Amino acid sequence: MYLGIDIGSSSSKAALLNEEGTIAGTQVVNLGTGTQGIQTALDELYERAGISPGQVLYTVVTGYGRLLYTEADKQITEITCHAKGIHYLMPDVRTVVDIGGQDSKVIRMDSGGTVQNFVMNEKCAAGTGRFLEVMARVLGCSIGDLSCLAAQATQDVAISSVCTVFAESEVISQLSQGQHPNDVARGALRAVAKRVAGLCGRVGVEDSVAMSGGVALNQTMVEVLSQELGRPVVPAPDSQAVGAIGAALLAREQYRKTR
Amino acid sequence: MENTLTSKQLLAKLQSEHYAGAMQAKKEGKLVAWATSICPQELLETLDIDVVYPENHAAAIGARKDAPQFIANAEAKGYSTDICSYARVNMGYADIQFSEAENIPMPDLIFCCSNICNTVIKWYENLAKTLHIPLVMFDMPFNHTFDVPEHSIRYMRGQIEYAIQQLVDITGKKFDYDKFSEVMKVSSESALWWRRATDLGRNHPSPLNGFDMFNYMAMIVCARGKESTRDLFKLWHDEMAEKVRLGKGPWKEGEEKYRIMWDGIACWPHLSVTYKTLKKYGINMVTSTYPESWTIVYEQNDLDGMARAYSANYANRNLDYGTGNVIKLVRDFDLDGIVYHSNRSCKLMDFRQYEVQRRIEGATGVPSVVFDGDQTDPRIFSQAQYETRIQALVEMMEENKIKKQRGDL
Ligand code: SF4
Repeated sequence: MYLGIDIGSSSSKAALLNEEGTIAGTQVVNLGTGTQGIQTALDELYERAGISPGQVLYTVVTGYGRLLYTEADKQITEITCHAKGIHYLMPDVRTVVDIGGQDSKVIRMDSGGTVQNFVMNEKCAAGTGRFLEVMARVLGCSIGDLSCLAAQATQDVAISSVCTVFAESEVISQLSQGQHPNDVARGALRAVAKRVAGLCGRVGVEDSVAMSGGVALNQTMVEVLSQELGRPVVPAPDSQAVGAIGAALLAREQYRKTR
Repeated sequence: MENTLTSKQLLAKLQSEHYAGAMQAKKEGKLVAWATSICPQELLETLDIDVVYPENHAAAIGARKDAPQFIANAEAKGYSTDICSYARVNMGYADIQFSEAENIPMPDLIFCCSNICNTVIKWYENLAKTLHIPLVMFDMPFNHTFDVPEHSIRYMRGQIEYAIQQLVDITGKKFDYDKFSEVMKVSSESALWWRRATDLGRNHPSPLNGFDMFNYMAMIVCARGKESTRDLFKLWHDEMAEKVRLGKGPWKEGEEKYRIMWDGIACWPHLSVTYKTLKKYGINMVTSTYPESWTIVYEQNDLDGMARAYSANYANRNLDYGTGNVIKLVRDFDLDGIVYHSNRSCKLMDFRQYEVQRRIEGATGVPSVVFDGDQTDPRIFSQAQYETRIQALVEMMEENKIKKQRGDL
């Protein structure tokens, strides 16, 4: 068995791959780096797969928390892992968008799943999952509910501030002026989509775009991003585990290389 | 014996003499100028005006982590955080006039050439105005065409002649054309040895560690017209040539695995971590756009040539020229990758960076990453983000190496 671990800023993911290169299981826990999240995910994953940790031949860790996790054989960036994971799950895709808690990234890869170029958001929370978290807090809902609210919107309320802190006060004042929360929710998604579309423009997008990460579960986000890009955006299957799956695939490659 | 110093020791000595000498000159009542980094310093040297360079001084303050107090001062005066941090540090210094890191005397005149950017125009005008001292300004419009147009060169030449007159008026001295001729010669020689030394980075492994180049650069900025500078670069060149002969790489320990170019100014407040992260992965910065920037070479006594050299400065050239130059660096230095410093301060360099990156990638296939930082403002940089980008670059470079070995590239 090969193990891939992806420790993000707000969730921990793990994936197991068997000798034949098929996924034997994935697990997501919504607790990020600096918590028990990854241990919980691993315990549950082992139990479900009916294996013991000793059966793992090689482990690759990725994600924001990778540098602090000492038990893996190798650490590889989330850029390479997401590309690998997407290539495995959706072999025809050449561009993947991942809106993470801290970092948003757009990766362009070649037909073999090798990264050709990537861009990430600047050192700022605009266009990241953190922005959505803050918006959800102002709207008094969970980040998961943002999608439902936005789906019922009749219009977008434009959020003009790039800065998350200013956007927060902008949204508060819009709500107090009587704007409907649904419309504000969609405005928030639109603001992120515009930022991400800007990143996409920088790497250059071909054909359809895949989306990985937890935000890909947000259907309205996917829809709004498709509109901004003018092309279909397809959420990856098991989108939250894409990085961990990529890490597990790389674990298998590494193990074979070292032998 | 004169040459028992290593180039590194000589650099340290010349640097401290440069700053101490300027303080002393001021004390003795000599005129001191503040000047931009790529200005016709030959005129000042000829008239024996002591000159210090706020950009270099701000970099020294940044590297020794003393920038925040000056930045805060400038921002409190109303200068926006979006203004170049060299400018903010210097305008803060003009008020505070003391730094634990390094000190420069207050100027008697301001000497500014806009061939590096437009920011310097307002920055230096403000200095001259607030300090009530004369301003010598060389207006050097951006070259939108590939070649530097003749009229730009004539315009620069006219301004050089006019500046000589202004300086004669300010100093009350006669302009000594024989000395000028000698200074021109030495300045060109310094620039040539600078170029020859940095060109040694083409070797495998490169004897040059690009972060050393950032340090040696201080003297090509601050004292091009002095024989001691020429001798320094010749010594540095000879030391590295010897390393090439012995097959020695850039570091005492560790092997050069990847060769990259660094685009943009160093991230001075985070110099050590930016350097160590690269070194950890065996990445050596073998070149940058700086070797070209200070290749200010022209024939002795050729005032037109001198005017051309200053107007043709790399930063003042159009996108096609800049891109062509980087493509050449990729090939000449056999680069595996490029790191672009998206430097919040320097709009001139940043605004075209993505387009340069796109074109270079298209033309050479060499992978690259962009990271956010600033040359002196420590607040912009994030170590974790830097490391992730550098590590991703390593992964891309490694893939390319494997492909090359397989013959796929
Ligand atoms: S860093 Fe850029 S903006 Fe600042 S002085 Fe230098 S060229 Fe001008």
